[in-house]
Amino acid sequence: MDFLRPASWEEALAAKAEHPTAVPIAGGTDVMVEINFDHRRPDALLDLNRIGELREWEVGEETVRLGACVPYTRIIESLRAELPGLALAAHTVGSPQIRNRGSVGGNLGAASPAGDSHPALLAAGAEVEAVSVRGTRMIPVEEFYTGVKRNCLEPDELIRAVHIKKADGPQQFSKVGTRNAMVIAVCAFGIALHPGTRTVRTGIGSAAPTPIRATAAEEFLNSALAEAGLWDSGQIIPPAVARQFAELVSGAANPIDDVRGSAAYRRHALGVMARRTLGWAWEEYRGNERSARCA
Amino acid sequence: MGATRTPSNITQGSKAKGGIGESTLRPDGTLKVTGEFAYSSDMWHEDMLWGFTLRSPHAHAEIKSIDTSQALAQAGVYAVLTYDDLPTEVKNYGLEIQDTPVLAHGRVRHHGEPVALVAADHPETARRAAAKIKVEYVPLPVVHDEATAIAEDAPLLHPGRTDHHAGHVPHPNIVHRQPIHRGDVAAARARADVIVSGEYEVGMQDQAFLGPESGLAVPGEDGGVDLYIATQWLHSDLRQIAPVLGLPPEKVRMTLSGVGGAFGGREDLSMQIHACLLALRTGKPVKIVYNRFESFFGHVHRHPAKLWYEHGATRDGKLTHMKCRIVLDGGAYASASPAVVGNASSLSVGPYVVDNVEIEAIALYTNNPPCGAMRGFGAVQACFAYEAQMDKLAAGLGMDPVEFRQLNAMSQGTVMPTGQVVDSPAPVAELLRRVKAMPLPPQKQWETAGQSADVRALPGGLSNTTHGEGVVRGVGYAVGIKNVGFSEGFDDYSTARVRLEVVGGEPVAVVHTAMAEVGQGGVTVHAQIARTELGVTQVTIHPADTQVGSAGSTSASRQTYVTGGAVKHTCEAVREKVLELGRARFGSYHPAWATAELLLEGGKVVTDGGEVLADLADVLEGEAIDLELEWRHRPTEPFDLRTGQGNGHVQYSFAAHRAVVEVDTELGLVKVVELACAQDVGKALNPLSVVGQIQGGTTQGLGLAVMEEIVVSPEGKVRNPSFTDYLIPTILDTPTIPVDVLELADEHAPYGLRGIGEAPTLSSTPAVVAAIRAATGLALNRVPVRPEHLTGQQYSGG
Ligand SMILES: Cc1cc2nc3c(=O)[nH]c(=O)nc-3n(C[C@H](O)[C@H](O)[C@H](O)COP(=O)(O)OP(=O)(O)OC[C@H]3O[C@@H](n4cnc5c(N)ncnc54)[C@H](O)[C@@H]3O)c2cc1C
Repeated sequence: MDFLRPASWEEALAAKAEHPTAVPIAGGTDVMVEINFDHRRPDALLDLNRIGELREWEVGEETVRLGACVPYTRIIESLRAELPGLALAAHTVGSPQIRNRGSVGGNLGAASPAGDSHPALLAAGAEVEAVSVRGTRMIPVEEFYTGVKRNCLEPDELIRAVHIKKADGPQQFSKVGTRNAMVIAVCAFGIALHPGTRTVRTGIGSAAPTPIRATAAEEFLNSALAEAGLWDSGQIIPPAVARQFAELVSGAANPIDDVRGSAAYRRHALGVMARRTLGWAWEEYRGNERSARCA
Repeated sequence: MGATRTPSNITQGSKAKGGIGESTLRPDGTLKVTGEFAYSSDMWHEDMLWGFTLRSPHAHAEIKSIDTSQALAQAGVYAVLTYDDLPTEVKNYGLEIQDTPVLAHGRVRHHGEPVALVAADHPETARRAAAKIKVEYVPLPVVHDEATAIAEDAPLLHPGRTDHHAGHVPHPNIVHRQPIHRGDVAAARARADVIVSGEYEVGMQDQAFLGPESGLAVPGEDGGVDLYIATQWLHSDLRQIAPVLGLPPEKVRMTLSGVGGAFGGREDLSMQIHACLLALRTGKPVKIVYNRFESFFGHVHRHPAKLWYEHGATRDGKLTHMKCRIVLDGGAYASASPAVVGNASSLSVGPYVVDNVEIEAIALYTNNPPCGAMRGFGAVQACFAYEAQMDKLAAGLGMDPVEFRQLNAMSQGTVMPTGQVVDSPAPVAELLRRVKAMPLPPQKQWETAGQSADVRALPGGLSNTTHGEGVVRGVGYAVGIKNVGFSEGFDDYSTARVRLEVVGGEPVAVVHTAMAEVGQGGVTVHAQIARTELGVTQVTIHPADTQVGSAGSTSASRQTYVTGGAVKHTCEAVREKVLELGRARFGSYHPAWATAELLLEGGKVVTDGGEVLADLADVLEGEAIDLELEWRHRPTEPFDLRTGQGNGHVQYSFAAHRAVVEVDTELGLVKVVELACAQDVGKALNPLSVVGQIQGGTTQGLGLAVMEEIVVSPEGKVRNPSFTDYLIPTILDTPTIPVDVLELADEHAPYGLRGIGEAPTLSSTPAVVAAIRAATGLALNRVPVRPEHLTGQQYSGG
């Protein structure tokens, strides 16, 4: 197995163009597991760890440009205000060791439906900056996932950064696992309120072949909130609306039975998470700060 | 012997620093925590080869042919072995029944069964070569439960059985059957005011030790082999290895290497014979290390079980009778199944007085993964069922579940269903009283100042699934009984060699046993015993190997009792020799040599009044006293095969738990908030280790209650052989575990101690499930409890 260690981003792009089958390695928390399990025996690894810029981020006017290799720990420590949904999701990833190494770029590269950053990215709104020697593409995150553990990167492309909308309202993330830490999601749900556009966006993880938005649920809630004038009045969301929203989220999922959980449970749990997270986010919007303390 | 000390005066009289009763620290503790400890997987030898095992992808298949030519042709490959290469007529091994093929012969009986071996100069080369071995399989129908095992056309797992159970079992796919009858169930049943029954199920738990199976075999110049190995019982391995290799036992020299946990999973052989075969074939050292995936196929698991129970009680809360039937799935090979049957049946009534019983326990042969020893050994499965029954009875009678248990609790003098009288303290009611008396953790601990919730105190933890919504607290109790030591007439002994000499003016004791230190703290305790008995400060623990006699297994909660007993016994004999020497040399100078009770303390011979008679250095005069002795506990008897009667057990061990859980009733997620335990340990030789064992066992029981299960498909395939999907509790799943240790001496045991390692694993599981039942009102007859069981969304399959 070759081990390619480009010293700069340009070298990395050149190496990827020359060795399209080389597997990029960032934190290695997915790649090494795959090799260990013998699921994958790449003929070359392309190590991104010498490229300092991939571990940097910039907070702009409207978006945060998050370098592909920024570890979860940094997101939790430094970007909680700008990216609260992603920070909550990051907090649920693996263990401290995994959070010190694992990155959003790696989560996108792996494109597992169970990846925890996806629901948060979908809900916040994000674009993936995919680059090759041929140029740069900005891919809306909902178009990025193409199948179970597949994404739309070309063989010569690398993820340079993810551009994530800065939070303009409350965000929540919730994940069901069968233990209280270090667990792959049985299913997960992200929600972001966007008071600026008076819209709500969602993300569902681990309950369909790819991470998805619950579009029908979003549309229903957007019009229900608008019709009742709730964005302005700040009144509570009627329970019937919350219930309907939860049902539509459940309905958006297309889960399977596996050792981690039954399809029926996943649908059920998504509905519960959708109702609860909407409640928490809305309470916060109304000014009753009820965010959970995560130490 | 003038100087024999009883447990009571030891407790008061021991002046040795670092002696028994002190919490001396483990020599391996810091090394393990800092990552410096050398485990068996860390071994390395110049010029060594790597062994790899090709395993069956099928649960049941005929092997039509094996073609190794392409594997052998690969560069870097030194040997490829199949059944045909086995050097002697002995092709099978096994703990009790030699039914396990070293390599499959014509047929594989479970997913992951070893079929061929490769030795190569690099682990990757060995792995690739193994992939080139062509095995032609013809799948066979799979036996996966009792119905398929005893069906009319059931394929026989082991046709033509000749083992000692073959003659009495009702079907050849039943490994062993043990009925127990006592009293008159029909008459007692007629007296019962309340009768409850239930069907319970326990999933397949794994030992999940962190150090995978590994070892290094080095061929010797004499044609023998040196094997460095992580195991639970060196001499049992040796007994099974040597005949397959065609070597006399003395030519298979075994040394224990760093063991990363065991919990029963290393009682059977894994790669021992394989590494030796490859080393002898290639003439080179061979190392084999399983990875985590392979480890799940490389050792036996806890027997999954189905249990049917009926109990009756009178209106005033007295148990009238109990009937039960316990079906354990032993998988493809016998392993420890017969002994597990013995335990499950003889302990099926729990720590209660029930005079009328009809009990039956069986273990099946199936095409599921082989099951054998795991912490709790048959008693775990029964405890889950009988404790659920106790709660049902209490509910049926309108009684408090703890009071109901106390009313029926056994005590010293109780007669077990086997007819055996419990002849040492059995403080069952007291243990329950103690856990119940502990203060309960405050309600709603997640509520912090202000309005925010601390999700770490809630089900789901940082996964942020609830801020209190849907959360209901439940409290549950359970108590259990476990036997200590090997039972049913087994000659359960240990050997210890102790050498006492003066080196550089200071007396030093060397303790040499073959005891496998698997993390239980045995080496710590041995040094403590030697200090207490010989009055020395310096104790060296010799590496465990087969140059000394057997120490028996590090299992059955027995090592402190039996090997500790052997160390004590040998130290006493060494002390007696010292005193003999002293009498010979100095007896005429002081009358106390002849008249007083003499002890060794601080490197001196002293009278029990404290008067110093001589320095050890002067007594020994450069001589070393070196003795190797065996020690056995009281003999036991087999259970009668028809009635189950017999004094089958040496000692019983008891623990009680109170579980406090928060359940998210909407999502079916559970947070165990606290698991309080009270246990009688007889005598805490090392109080810190005792608490550690209790907390560890408690946590393993929690794992079985809410997450740990090897999922096997109806086709016999293991579906989650990894720590990604076989979940064990993390520290964030581990509750506060307050421990109340009771020390009621057992006069039959060394220092009055009681084996402690397993009892806490038993009652932890049913206590947690009782608490979840209390929170949800659900019946919950199966462990592990999954979220679906609490919210009702079953798998589409059913
Ligand atoms: C013990 C453990 C627990 C885990 N728990 C969780 C969890 O709770 N939630 C969760 O979501 N995940 C979890 N994971 C998976 C993993 O940690 C995450 O997916 C993580 O985000 C991967 O990031 P990484 O930097 O380590 O990626 P790597 O392993 O380095 O790479 C992952 C994939 O992305 C590709 N890749 C990496 N960087 C780039 C790039 N710049 N451009 C193109 N492709 C790229 C790689 O080629 C590879 O295919 C866990 C893993 C382990 C080992």
